[in-house]
Amino acid sequence: MLVIFGAAIIGVLVEAFAPRYLRKSIHVPLTLLSTAGAFVLVIFQVIGGVPTTAAAMGAIAVDGPALFFWGVILVLSFVSVLLVIDDDHFVASAAAVPGSAAEEEAEIAGGAHTEVYPLIMFAVGGMLLFASSNDLLVMFVGLEVMSLPLYLLCGLARRRRLLSQEASMKYFLLGAFSSAFFLYGMAFVYGFAGSVDLAKINAALGTVGGLDTVLLIGLALLGVGLLFKIGAAPFQAWKPDVYQGAPTPVTALMASGTLVAAFGAVLRVFWVALGNLDWDWRPVMWGVAILTMIVGAILAITQTDIKRMLAYSSIAHAGFLLIGVIATSPDAEGNAASLSAIMFYLLVYGITTVGAFAVVTMVRDAGGEATHLSRWAGLGRRSPMLAGVFAFFLLAFAGIPLTSGFFGKYAVFLAAVANGATPLVIVGVVSSAIAAFFYVRVIVLMFFSEPAADGPTIAVPTAATAAVITLAAAVTVVLGVFPQPVLDLADKAASALFIR
Amino acid sequence: MPWLTILMAVPVVGAVLVALTPKGNDKLAKQLTLAVSVVVLALTIAMAVQFSPKGNRFQFVETYEWIPRFGVHYGVGVDGIALVLIALSAVLVPIVVLASWHDADSPNAKRSVKTYFSLLLVLEAMMIGVFAATDIFLFYVFFEAMLIPMYFMIGSYGGAQRSYAAVKFLLYSLFGGLLMLVAVIGLYAIAGKNTFMFPELIGAIQDPTTQKWLFAGFFFAFAVKAPLWPFHTWLPDAAAQAPAGAAVLLVGVLDKVGTYGMLRFCLELFPDASKFFTPLVIVLSVVGIIYGAIVAIGQTDMKRLIAYTSISHFGFIALGVFAMTNDAGAGATLYMVNHGFSTGALFLIAGFLIARRGSPYIEDYGGVQKVTPKLAGVFLIAGLSGLALPGLSSFVSEFMVLIGTAERYMVPAIIAATGVVLAAIYILWMYQRVAGGPTAESVKGFKDLNGRELWVVAPLVALIIGLGFYPKPLLDVINPAVDHTLVSVQVEKFTPAIAEKGAGQ
Repeated sequence: MLVIFGAAIIGVLVEAFAPRYLRKSIHVPLTLLSTAGAFVLVIFQVIGGVPTTAAAMGAIAVDGPALFFWGVILVLSFVSVLLVIDDDHFVASAAAVPGSAAEEEAEIAGGAHTEVYPLIMFAVGGMLLFASSNDLLVMFVGLEVMSLPLYLLCGLARRRRLLSQEASMKYFLLGAFSSAFFLYGMAFVYGFAGSVDLAKINAALGTVGGLDTVLLIGLALLGVGLLFKIGAAPFQAWKPDVYQGAPTPVTALMASGTLVAAFGAVLRVFWVALGNLDWDWRPVMWGVAILTMIVGAILAITQTDIKRMLAYSSIAHAGFLLIGVIATSPDAEGNAASLSAIMFYLLVYGITTVGAFAVVTMVRDAGGEATHLSRWAGLGRRSPMLAGVFAFFLLAFAGIPLTSGFFGKYAVFLAAVANGATPLVIVGVVSSAIAAFFYVRVIVLMFFSEPAADGPTIAVPTAATAAVITLAAAVTVVLGVFPQPVLDLADKAASALFIR
Repeated sequence: MPWLTILMAVPVVGAVLVALTPKGNDKLAKQLTLAVSVVVLALTIAMAVQFSPKGNRFQFVETYEWIPRFGVHYGVGVDGIALVLIALSAVLVPIVVLASWHDADSPNAKRSVKTYFSLLLVLEAMMIGVFAATDIFLFYVFFEAMLIPMYFMIGSYGGAQRSYAAVKFLLYSLFGGLLMLVAVIGLYAIAGKNTFMFPELIGAIQDPTTQKWLFAGFFFAFAVKAPLWPFHTWLPDAAAQAPAGAAVLLVGVLDKVGTYGMLRFCLELFPDASKFFTPLVIVLSVVGIIYGAIVAIGQTDMKRLIAYTSISHFGFIALGVFAMTNDAGAGATLYMVNHGFSTGALFLIAGFLIARRGSPYIEDYGGVQKVTPKLAGVFLIAGLSGLALPGLSSFVSEFMVLIGTAERYMVPAIIAATGVVLAAIYILWMYQRVAGGPTAESVKGFKDLNGRELWVVAPLVALIIGLGFYPKPLLDVINPAVDHTLVSVQVEKFTPAIAEKGAGQ
C-alpha cells in the first residue's frame, strides 16, 4: 500500500516538474511497476505468513481476506491501467467548457491529461486502505482517498464531455452525501461503543446496555454509506449515469476495483464490528439484497446503452454478492465458506468486467465509442472474434456453466443454502433468469441481426488493450473449467476469517 | 480404454479442426465434419459391442476429482439406458451432417459454413456427455452448456423468426435449468456427503418434504426440456425455425435429456416424492398426448405439425416412465430411441420438401407422390412409424408403454390409447394433403431424392423397419437397466390382482 501511495506522490511530482512530452513515458512504467511491485509484496507477505494482529497500531488489519482483496484489486488496477494507456479516452483539458474554443485549442496542442496516472494510484491506494481498515476512521479516510480521485476521473472523458461532466458532478454530490451518512453513522456508533475500533465496537455490543437506539441509528447510517458504494438498491441511482459518463477505462476500474474494495469494507463492518448483531441487520439486508437483484435485473432490460446495461448488471451482481454477506452462520467454518465464495466471485466478476469494458473501448464510430446498443447490431458478422469474446463475457455474467461466472454464482448460492438462506437463492435464480434475457439480447443483436451499413468500426487494439482482453478471456475460460486452485486460495485466505 | 472420454474428445477436437479450415473451402469443412461424426459412430459401435447387459450396472466408468472444493467429479459411465441414447446421438449426427449439407449456405445471406458444422460437433460431444455423466454436477454442466451451440444454430441459421425462437428456447431452458441448479445445490447441502456422484446419492435424502421440493426442482427442468404439457410452448417455435438438421437433433436427442433425467434422476434420487407426484405427472402426460395430437391436426406448417406430434409422443414417454412398471419403463426408453429415428426422418423429409419448394406450409404442396415417388415413399414410412403401425419401430414401444401402464393405471392407459387414433388422423391427413391428390402446379419441377439425400434417409428407414421387426437387441440392453432403476425405486414387480388371487387359492 505504501508503494502505491509512494508512486502516487512521485506521480504528482512528475506532473509538476517533468516536461510535457516526457510525462507519459515516465508515468506509464512508474504506475505499472509500482502496481506489479505491490502485488509481488502481497505475495511475499502471503508466503512469509499472514500476521495475526492488526498493524499500524490496530488501524489496519493485514489478514488473509485483506491480502486476497489487495491481490485482486492490484491485478484489476494493473489491467485497468493498461486500458488507460490508450490515451484517446481522456480529454485534453478538463477545465475547458465542452465544445468551446479553448477545448479545441487544447486538442490541437496535443495536450493530454497525464494526471490521470497519479489520480488512479491514489484511488487504488484508497481501495487498498478501504478494504483492510480495522477502524472506522481509517475506513473513512480510505473511502475518501478512493472516491475523490474517481470523481475527478469521471469527468475526463474525451468524447461526450457534457455527459462526462454531469456524471462527475452527480457522482461527487451523491458520493459526498453518502460519505456524510457514513461519518454521521460513525459518530453514533462511537457514541455507543466509545471507540471507532472495529474490535472494540464488537466487544461493546455485549457490555453496553441501554443505548440500543443510538447503535441502531449508527448501524443504519453506516449501512447507507457502504451500500451506496457497492451500488445496492435503493442507493443504486448513481451507477448507470456514472458508468456511462466516465471514460471507459475508468468505468472498468470502478466496476471492478471499487466493488471489491467496497465489499471488503462491507464485510468488515457487518461481520467484524457488528457480527453479533446479525439478527438486527440481517432482515434489512435480505430486503436490500432482494431489491438490488430485482432492480438491477429488471431495469437493465430497458437500457439501450451498453455501458448503462453493464452498470445495471453490476447492480444485480452486487445483489448476488450480498446474498453471500447475509449467509453468516453460527460456526466459523460456515462463515469461512461464505467469505471464500464472496472473494472468488469478486475476483472472477472483476476480471470479466474489465474484459467487457475493454471490448467496449474498441467498438467506435466517428463520435468516439459507439455505446448505443443499436450500433452493435451485426457486430458478429463484421468482427466475429471480438463479438465472440464479448458474447463469452456476457455468458459468464449470465452464469452459464463452463465460464468462471458460473462457479462464482454457484459458490455464493451454495454458501447461502448451507447457511439457511434458500429463499434468497431462489430470488437470485429468478433474477439470474431475468438478467439472462438482456445478456442474450445483446448476443442476438451482435450475431443474428444484419449489420448496419454505417456501423461502427473496430479500433485496431493497442497491444495493451489486446493483452487485457486476452487475459480476461483466458481467466474466464480457465476458471470456468478448473476453478479449484483459485478456490483453494480463497479458502486459505478465508480460513482464518478477519482479525480484529 | 477410456471409451466415453474418447467419444467426447473426438468431436471436440474435430470441431476445432473444422473451425480452423481455411476460409472459403466449405467443402473441406463439411467432409471433415462428416468424417469425424462417422468415426464417433464407429467408436460408439465398438463400445456398444463390449457392453455386457448382465455385467455391472455402470460400465466404462471413469472417475476423477474435478473440483474437490465442491465435491465435484468428472464421473462418466453408462448403463443400458444411457448406452442406447448415446448410440441414438451417434447415429443421428452423421445423418444430420449429410442432411444439413446446404443448410448453412442459403442464397440470400451467406453465413459461415464451418461455424455451423463445428457447432454441430460441439453439440455432439455435449449430447454424449450429458448421457454419460454419472456426477450430477457434471450432468448439470452439460445440460446447460448444451443450450449454447443449439441456440446459435437456431439463431444464426434458422428461418425468418429465428432470433425470437432462439431466445425463447434459451430462456425457457435456462429458467428450468436454474431451478434445477437450486435443487442440485440443495441436494448437495442436505445430503451432506460432499459428493455429487449419482450412485452415492441414491437414498441420501430420506425426509419426504425435502424430497418433494428437490424433486420439484429437477422435474420442472426436465419437464421444460422434454417438453411436457404445459411447458411445451417453446418447442413448436424452436423446431419450426431451426434448420431441419438442428430440428432433428433438438427433438430427437436434446429433448430426450428431459425424459432421461426423469427416469434416471427423479425416480432414483427421490423415490417417495416420485410416487407422490405420479398422479400429477400421469395427468399431465395424458393431457399432453391428447392436446399435442389435437393441436397437431390443426397445424398448417409441416415443421410445427411434427413438433406438436412430438409433444404428444413425449407424453407417452413420460407416462411410461412414471407408470413404474418394467414394461412401461423399457417401452419408454425404447420410445426415446424410436422417436428419435421416426421424428428425425419426418423432419428431414419436411426439410427436403421445404428446400425444393421454399415454403413450410402444407397448402403449398399436393400430389408430390407422382412427381417424387421415392421421397413420398420415405415420407409415408416415417409417417406410419410416427403413428405406430405394427411392424414399424414405434409400435413396439408404444404398445409396451400402454400395456405397462394399463397394468397399474387402466383409465389413463385407455385415454392415452385414443392418442394413437388421433395420430393416424394427423399423419395420414398431412400425407394426403402433401403427397396425395392432384399434382399442384408449384410441385411439378421437383427432383426426386438425389444420392446424398438417399444416404440420409436410407439408414433411418432401415432402422425403423429393422427395429420394428426385431427390437430384441435394444431391449436386451434396456431391460436390465430399467429393472435396476425400478428396484432402487423400491417398486415390487407388479402382478395384476387377479393373478395374485389365483396364487392365493
